[in-house]
Amino acid sequence: MRSTRRNALLVTLPPFAWITLFLFLPYCLLFCYSFWSLGEFQQIVHHATLANYAHLFTNPLYLTVILRSLRIAFSVVLLSLLIGYPLAYFLVFHSGRYRHLLYQAVIIPLWVSYLVRAYAWKVIFGNEGVLNTLLVWSHAVSHPLSSLLYSPFAVIVTLTHIYVPFVVLPVVASLEKIPRELLESSSDLGARPWQTFLRVILPLSLPGVISGATLAFLLSFGDFLAPLLLGGPSSVMIANIVANLFGADYNWPLGAAVAVVILLIVVTILSVTQRLERRQRFA
Amino acid sequence: MSSRPAEVQLEATNSAAEPAFLRIENVGKSFGAQRVLESISLDIQRGEFLTLLGESGSGKTTLLRIVAGFEQATAGQVFLEGQRLDTLPPHRRPIHTVFQSYALFPHMSVFDNVAYGLRVRGCDRTEAKSRAEAALAKVRMDSFAKHFPRQISGGQKQRVALARALVNRPKVLLLDEPLSALDANLRVEMQRELKLLQQDLGITFLFVTHDQSEALAISDRVVLLHKGKIEQCGTPREIYVRPRTAYSATFLGKSNLLRGVVKHGVADCGIFSLPTQLPDGPVVFSLRPEAIAPATASSGDSLVRFQARVRTEQFHGANTLLALQCAGGIELTARLAAPLGSGESHSFAFRAEDCIPLENSEKD
Repeated sequence: MRSTRRNALLVTLPPFAWITLFLFLPYCLLFCYSFWSLGEFQQIVHHATLANYAHLFTNPLYLTVILRSLRIAFSVVLLSLLIGYPLAYFLVFHSGRYRHLLYQAVIIPLWVSYLVRAYAWKVIFGNEGVLNTLLVWSHAVSHPLSSLLYSPFAVIVTLTHIYVPFVVLPVVASLEKIPRELLESSSDLGARPWQTFLRVILPLSLPGVISGATLAFLLSFGDFLAPLLLGGPSSVMIANIVANLFGADYNWPLGAAVAVVILLIVVTILSVTQRLERRQRFA
Repeated sequence: MSSRPAEVQLEATNSAAEPAFLRIENVGKSFGAQRVLESISLDIQRGEFLTLLGESGSGKTTLLRIVAGFEQATAGQVFLEGQRLDTLPPHRRPIHTVFQSYALFPHMSVFDNVAYGLRVRGCDRTEAKSRAEAALAKVRMDSFAKHFPRQISGGQKQRVALARALVNRPKVLLLDEPLSALDANLRVEMQRELKLLQQDLGITFLFVTHDQSEALAISDRVVLLHKGKIEQCGTPREIYVRPRTAYSATFLGKSNLLRGVVKHGVADCGIFSLPTQLPDGPVVFSLRPEAIAPATASSGDSLVRFQARVRTEQFHGANTLLALQCAGGIELTARLAAPLGSGESHSFAFRAEDCIPLENSEKD
């Protein structure tokens, strides 16, 4: 009896300690910082104040950037689904003996550093880049398009490229779980292939779609490397602001307040999609 | 090659005047090098309850799936009312299937499951509603319309699957071992209901099972499949009373196989001699256990009498199975109304005409 209890404690202690040390305590610290302020000589004043939040909600800059981040994340999700769902569908239902190969092809980019993939797009979109060279060579345009790089477009394309596998994998998992008799049964009852897709396959794959979309949304929403490398002033995202506030601006209290707001948005989105996902699951 | 006794005409042949409703013509199927079906031909009449019976691997489910359209035959054709059927995709065939796993849509209520076939065919909303409700009432599931498949029992799912397949008024209903997941009592109850439903609706049923007693109990006609070929085809009674091969005789019910040699119109089976019209050569007879009776109760010249010791008895309630040890090491099984007492020696008898000569389908 006693030894099993001690074993249980030994097993649960490391993850518990990890969560406390590296998640719970930092969040508490962040929360505290967001109520403190900067003094005359840039020192932290440990007096609770709502000034950071007041500044955040009155200065239109923050709201604009948050909305832009949401918009970019939403575009990334939409594009990832448009590319990822058909890819997952093909992989599960039509890839035949190339299925394993294709599956690997989806996963392998995940092994390549994020930075390398982001720089690759810089090479493609740049003024002397692959795309512009091709466009000029084919006389589609007379001068290289300078609007390709350093734009929200470049950020969205890069993030989509990076997060498509995060959509494909859960959708593949949910499509694989659909019993084949259900598709046969649907067709047997007179449903044309597109009706079977809309009425059986799509609804039953929604849990995968929701979890993939949530993942891609949250990861894009909090991304700061893609806008840093490929975005211009018009595509600054909220994570860049936080990074600046903690770095160059050295305003930790305001940075913490922005981080808390981001955290709240993320938690809200997560709880909504989790509830949606649970409602879609049928065993 | 083993010798073949004279051809015994046992197959139930359809009257030539009436064209077949569902015709399966020389259908064959191979998966790679493996032949699953070998040139199956079968005519099924309108309103018939036909059962494909066979053990696993006999090809019965493959044949059903070819008729449904889920598999393509590698040879042969299928016709429904004279129209080519096997070239149509499943959703364009007026044929519906009840799956072994029921295959109800988990994200739809019982009602939506049943209405599915009507909706995808663009049936009018109010008509779809009334027809789906009627179909649910027919299988006594109308009070469960709002439930989801995960909330109802196996027997109830079975009824819903049946209602869903019948609501579109298919010309043929295919049933792929629909009762095998149910427990014994419920299965017998559902067999009765299926039979009543089929008679009531007059729809042609093509039923697949590996359970010989189920096949005998509900079918108008049974097709026994063995290794991708039709072993025998006929009414349950025909197949049971006149098995064509040793496989038929032993797969459908119990049977004693008596091996012997025919010489000048007499078959010598060791301790018995039977008068026969078969040509000279080796022969195997099938003798049903219930054809054997204690000799004291019966008399007559056509009876074959023998002495045997009762080795064991299996009491089954309505009857008792006796393992009989005869002279010359021959063992027979007899089915009697009451036990005799094991270990004792008795005199038994059977009628010579109850010994059915079998064709040698294989070298066994």
